[in-house]
Amino acid sequence: MKKVLCLFAILLVLSPLFAGGAQEAEKEDEFKVGFVFTGPIGDNGWTQQHNAGRLAIENELGVATLYKESVPNTQESAKVMRDMIAQGAKMIFATSFGYMDYMLEVAAENPDVAFFHCGGYKNSENAVNYLGKMYQARYLSGIVAGLKTETNKLGYIAAFEIPEVVRGINAFTLGALSVNPEATVEVTWTHNWNDPPNEKEASFALIDNGCDVIAQHQTAPANLQAAEARGVWGVGYHADMNDSAPEACLTSPYWNWDPFYVAVTQEVMDGTWDANNYWGGMEDDVIRLAELGKNAPAEAAAIVEEVAASLVDGSFEVFAGPLYDNQGNMILADGESMDDFAKLGMGFLVEGVIGNIEN
Amino acid sequence: MARIVPLENCSMAKKVRIRVFAILMAFTLSGFLLLFLGHNPFEVYASMLDGGLGSSYRVKETLIRTIPFALTALGIGLSFRMKFWNIGGEGQIMMGACSATFIGLNFQQLPSFILLPLMAIAGMIGGGLWALIPAFLKVRYRTNETILTLMLNYVALKWITYLQYVLWRDHEAFGYPKIPNLVKNAQLPKIFGLHIGVLLVPILVIGIYLFITYTKKGYEIRVIGENEATARYAGMPTSKIILGTLFVSGGICGVVGMIQVAGVNMTLSIDVSNGVGYTAIIIAWLAQLNAIAILVVSFLFAVMVEGGSYIQTVFQIPQAAASLLQGLILFFVLGSEFFIKYRVIRDRKTRIVTEGEV
Repeated sequence: MKKVLCLFAILLVLSPLFAGGAQEAEKEDEFKVGFVFTGPIGDNGWTQQHNAGRLAIENELGVATLYKESVPNTQESAKVMRDMIAQGAKMIFATSFGYMDYMLEVAAENPDVAFFHCGGYKNSENAVNYLGKMYQARYLSGIVAGLKTETNKLGYIAAFEIPEVVRGINAFTLGALSVNPEATVEVTWTHNWNDPPNEKEASFALIDNGCDVIAQHQTAPANLQAAEARGVWGVGYHADMNDSAPEACLTSPYWNWDPFYVAVTQEVMDGTWDANNYWGGMEDDVIRLAELGKNAPAEAAAIVEEVAASLVDGSFEVFAGPLYDNQGNMILADGESMDDFAKLGMGFLVEGVIGNIEN
Repeated sequence: MARIVPLENCSMAKKVRIRVFAILMAFTLSGFLLLFLGHNPFEVYASMLDGGLGSSYRVKETLIRTIPFALTALGIGLSFRMKFWNIGGEGQIMMGACSATFIGLNFQQLPSFILLPLMAIAGMIGGGLWALIPAFLKVRYRTNETILTLMLNYVALKWITYLQYVLWRDHEAFGYPKIPNLVKNAQLPKIFGLHIGVLLVPILVIGIYLFITYTKKGYEIRVIGENEATARYAGMPTSKIILGTLFVSGGICGVVGMIQVAGVNMTLSIDVSNGVGYTAIIIAWLAQLNAIAILVVSFLFAVMVEGGSYIQTVFQIPQAAASLLQGLILFFVLGSEFFIKYRVIRDRKTRIVTEGEV
């Protein structure tokens, strides 16, 4: 006992020797990029894709990065950003909606640091928002689902009635209708981003209702597992989810942040960053559609490829008139298109969607 | 075979020895974990301390975190005194935050000196009523308060989610799920760089200490905790005392919710409580419900949490490993209490095994 205590005492006395002071100062001078994550990096979804972008910055630019997982959407996030800046971060990527106001607060204190917030709407001189046009790939996945369905009933498990989710449902529906005018999309709101047992139950209920392709806007591939268990099909999201359910998975629209993260980091390092908001799409390779699964309809690949090409060259727009909501109101007249502002605040469900938005 | 027997009169010196040993064990074991992750444990520990207390900014942040810990532990500690296991601090914080936010959003034209007290009272009532539900069900129908208070946390969380995503969603926010920020009038003023809620801590620590030790009500609460049947036999209105205490207990948690909304986050969100209600249970327990000890333990906890968060950023230690580190420290500290209350006796040789001979 005494010997053990003695050893501890010696180690404690020696400990300041190990805690290097000079080494730390050196670390703080280096250009660093900080990432504030809302979930764990192993979530197989949202945070995993942002983390892949972080690794791309490290690998392609050789720039050091910092990250912190599971940061709550409170004042806590401001503290994390300040810690990162104290560690030498010159750029901060805040990858959850709830960080916006706290980021602006820290941005005002640190005018020489560049701030990037994923999916918000408030800016300042050194703080901008960025997001991807996920709806483009959603439209393509809708084409695959619309061709596949035998019952003409598609299901959609969705977390919350916010514009990003609503846009995805609408695009998926329009994609399905473009190849299958009989198709409907039945929406179930789960009011939780990540609750796989509940998502599975909701998928089963939709399948019992006759739906034979289940798409989703959640974190986990629960919809695919439910579809696989019942011998029907599904569409993944966030990442290529084919491995979770190889029989059921038709395809997955997914995020590919690497090109944006690498390019904008280079700009900030070169001093050429213009502090503008960013909303990239398939034309920038920020949004992708995963390779079609083995049970995807044979004719789908060619159609998807053609539509994808017209989305990339700008000759085709997903949200174009005539467009009606599912209450029968006209949203866009023939020939009209929708500006980014209207898209970003989208609060209606298109004709063909069975479901509603509480407000 | 070994037997476990209660240990009476554990001497102060021995208590200190056991606790120090437990803490050293925890740091040794987590040291190996850090070594395994490729870090120098001493560097990490030094940085952890630095993250909690390294600069005036960090001390301030640590104190801001101490406030909800201490207040909530004091609040639920009151119910623990009666052996009423109130696991519902989390939900009571949320409901308090919710009613305070309601006042803050709807009466924002009022001057601060009226609006803020109103919000605090609303927070107290919100949290208090939420705690009254399991208290009433317990005294009336003998339901299990542990399960009920725990489950009501989830009800409260779903309610706040509904408010954030639907009912109170900011219409200026382009459909994003966000409750509007509180206006300046509804934000707590600052004192020494901390929000004014910090003043509540010494007031409540002393108030609750005096209340429990010297008042008749405090005495009654203690008697109910020792033996409810005895209390009833002695003519105490036990049901009334349980209900009253739970209202105060939940009410204090509710005020914590108000403070977090008006002093820290400036808005209500589903992350408003963020586990404080659960951490406070461990704090109250470690402090053995002693009001002054709660203050000390809350501060140490805040240092540990702030430091644990800091090392994740500095050393890029994964969140899971940082939690494991904090878990190990807690495990050893809580586990050592066993050796303060009991001793292990080996029957055959009747040799007493104390912690020192392990």
